[in-house]
Amino acid sequence: MTLSAYLMLSAILFCIAVAGIFINRKNLIVLLMCIELMLLAVNFNFIAFSRFMGDMSGQIFVFFILTVAAAEAAIGLAILVVLFRNRRSINVGELNEMKG
Amino acid sequence: MFQTILFYLFAIVLILAALRVITEKNAVHAVLYLVLCFFNSAVLWMLIEVEFLAITLVLVYVGAVMVLFLFVVMMLEVNLAATKEGYAKYLPVALLVAGVIVVELGLVLVGGKFSEMTLANAPAITADGVGNTQFLGEQMYTNYLYPFELAAVILLIAMVAAITLTHRRRPNSKYIDPAVQISRQPEGRVVMHDIKPSDFSVPEVKDVEEAASTNEKDS
Repeated sequence: MTLSAYLMLSAILFCIAVAGIFINRKNLIVLLMCIELMLLAVNFNFIAFSRFMGDMSGQIFVFFILTVAAAEAAIGLAILVVLFRNRRSINVGELNEMKG
Repeated sequence: MFQTILFYLFAIVLILAALRVITEKNAVHAVLYLVLCFFNSAVLWMLIEVEFLAITLVLVYVGAVMVLFLFVVMMLEVNLAATKEGYAKYLPVALLVAGVIVVELGLVLVGGKFSEMTLANAPAITADGVGNTQFLGEQMYTNYLYPFELAAVILLIAMVAAITLTHRRRPNSKYIDPAVQISRQPEGRVVMHDIKPSDFSVPEVKDVEEAASTNEKDS
């Protein structure tokens, strides 16, 4: 179990999330979940480096990332609920009202 | 050796669950697979002795954020068929981009210095006898106190923002703004008329009507 194993796992996780954003162009909820996956991959990187290089700052940073991610998820879902209430749809393709 | 086997076992489950998250048709199932992802990540963090964050991931992420997701997914009735249109259209470019990133990162990360770093030769973070949680707590309340307070404020702002965004004022509710109630003065509500016995005409009640109309406007 080496550092590169953890980093590679995090890279694969990140790429799955990127692919998910490409694939799920119609469903805003799944897009939000893909962003959560990306954040998880980033946290993996921080924790792996922190543990294998002996610096605690990475773990403290992950703690703050978790806080901000929780806030982001709460506000994102609130916006989603308001959007669905107004448009009866969460299709990203239909959200083009602000087109110039 | 046993740890390495556990690592690969949980890593494979994690990747499979993540793949299911992005390919699942039903959003509820996708959320549940994401929960599985977080549980596996927590175990993987446990394996490298990052206990506090592993437990935080389960408590905060699975316990709060994912349950919130689940609530929202179940609340919105999403047209499942429509959400998967264009799936095949974007699949090739998604695979291309993801594949390129994985290969590039793999070239950098695998081999070289990173693959020589193991848990055995990692420098110790904490002194002997001090656990991960204790050390993190000490750091949090001494060196990182200011960011810690800021994080608390961010959570408060998120709470206020989420409530104000989703709170709906019903047009026909009987709710009256307390500020309007408090700011009322007796002079505007009661008008004394001095009616002489000989005068039978109805006095004007302009002031009271005015007060009533402003009251309606406010509420």
